[in-house]
Amino acid sequence: MDRFLVQRIGYAILGLCALVVIVPILLVIGAILVQGIGALDWEFITAMPREGMKAGGILPAIVGTLVLTLGTALVAIPVGVGGAVYLSEYARDTWFTRAIRLAIINLAGIPSVVYGLFGLGMFVLFLHFGTSILAGSLTLAIMTLPVITSAAEEALRSVPVEFRTVNASLGGTRWQGIRQIVLPQALPGIITGVILGLLRAAGETAPILFTVAAFYLPRLPQSPFDQTMALPYHLYVISTQVPGMPLQIQSGTALVLLVLVLSMNLAATLIRSYFRRRRQW
Amino acid sequence: MLGFSTVAFVLLIFLFLLREGTPFFFEVPLENFLGTGWYPTFDSFGVLPLLLGSILVTLTSIVIALPLGVATAVCVREVAPAWTREILKPMIEVLAGIPSVVLGFFGMTLLAPFIREALGVPTGLTAFTGALLLAYMALPTIISVAEDALDAVPKSYRDAALAMGATRWQTIWRVVVPGARSGILIAVMLGMGRAIGETMAVMMVTGNAARLPLSLDSIFRPVRTMTATIAAEMGEVADGSTHYHALFGLGLVLFILTFIINLAAAPAILQRRRGGGLR
Repeated sequence: MDRFLVQRIGYAILGLCALVVIVPILLVIGAILVQGIGALDWEFITAMPREGMKAGGILPAIVGTLVLTLGTALVAIPVGVGGAVYLSEYARDTWFTRAIRLAIINLAGIPSVVYGLFGLGMFVLFLHFGTSILAGSLTLAIMTLPVITSAAEEALRSVPVEFRTVNASLGGTRWQGIRQIVLPQALPGIITGVILGLLRAAGETAPILFTVAAFYLPRLPQSPFDQTMALPYHLYVISTQVPGMPLQIQSGTALVLLVLVLSMNLAATLIRSYFRRRRQW
Repeated sequence: MLGFSTVAFVLLIFLFLLREGTPFFFEVPLENFLGTGWYPTFDSFGVLPLLLGSILVTLTSIVIALPLGVATAVCVREVAPAWTREILKPMIEVLAGIPSVVLGFFGMTLLAPFIREALGVPTGLTAFTGALLLAYMALPTIISVAEDALDAVPKSYRDAALAMGATRWQTIWRVVVPGARSGILIAVMLGMGRAIGETMAVMMVTGNAARLPLSLDSIFRPVRTMTATIAAEMGEVADGSTHYHALFGLGLVLFILTFIINLAAAPAILQRRRGGGLR
């Protein structure tokens, strides 16, 4: 066979494969949009659920997810960014830092349901936090940690070495250099990484199954020791555990979750491209 | 010392799984543990159906995702014009961002009925349905790692092949892809690690029947994975019961499996990140 014909066939197959990857993504988003858009109105996102969740809104689930994400951020950002500063600015290449890097890689690979087990064993039972926002946030924070740490480290490392040498030559201490030069320069990259990590936390179900999620709790959380509903868990509950649930409410919940997550995704992408264009080095 | 916290967390997770999981291996005799039935209410804790269920779903998903992922990576890196990359990249990031419970919901309400009709099987909640969803969840990982692997093949290889009169396709097929073999292997491993630990989507679409998937058609029958078992049953067990320890035992097995996968892939991942920075 003519080898240029072979090349054409080969390219066609490659293109087809790329289409097979892309089209279902559009299909999933499109299907949930079409099915769920009818459920969306002001009441749906601002009211308590009624009649065994078959009517009313999903406000407590939305608020629950936002509170959990905030709790995750409060723990994961300082620890993750702090660890990244240490790894990129202070640590030498020793067995110790190599152990940390291995740990980050492994932490990133642990299944989410195993985080759930750990959260149950450690925070809920061992530390007696009970099934609570505190336990859920801590569990999600540990899961988010490797994402934030490695993204922040990469952002810090991409700041040119000259910035640091100039700081040192002007008599700045290393800490001054980090605080006033390196961190601000790396900030867009760090923010992007943080958003991508938190987005994962907001969408996860398995880690909150046994650490915080409430099946049906039509009120807003009052304290960190409260249980709360959460969007991903709520979607799981109403699509598998409640018989006779109207499809529209299920799809509406899926749509709200999808919009929340994808808008975070979009924000991360915009921040990254905006600062990449403005960057002068 | 903040950096050290990650090491501490890995150790803590391992210790807690050991603490809560190992009693199971003492409480339950070996032949029960290696039995073929998982009926916790009757004190029957055979993990084989669950282990094989996980393996079946994971392997099938990789068989689907690997060719698609590598082809897409090659398409993006070697063939397609730059503007297609600008479309593909964000799409794949979107895919990576879709929560697994949303994919599971899609699988339940649309994919499963479609598969039931298309294949003429009694239920659409099958191992295959789960594998299909898992394949798409593993794709972002596979594509990005495979892209890096293709990038790492030196330009001189391509130039040499083209100079000898090979077509671009021959260069890709015989030189670039084989040259990226080890990186593609890493992509497969990380994809598998991702797939075997996935919980919600799998639980929602595989039907959760704990039976040994041994016959040829078991791919089109319901199965139950280890992750789904933990997620589905943990809410109902009494703390400290044998069943409770059994679920932690499953968690321990999952932890060790993913730990081995990631440890094996770690040197390659670290290699990739070298360069830049202060030291």
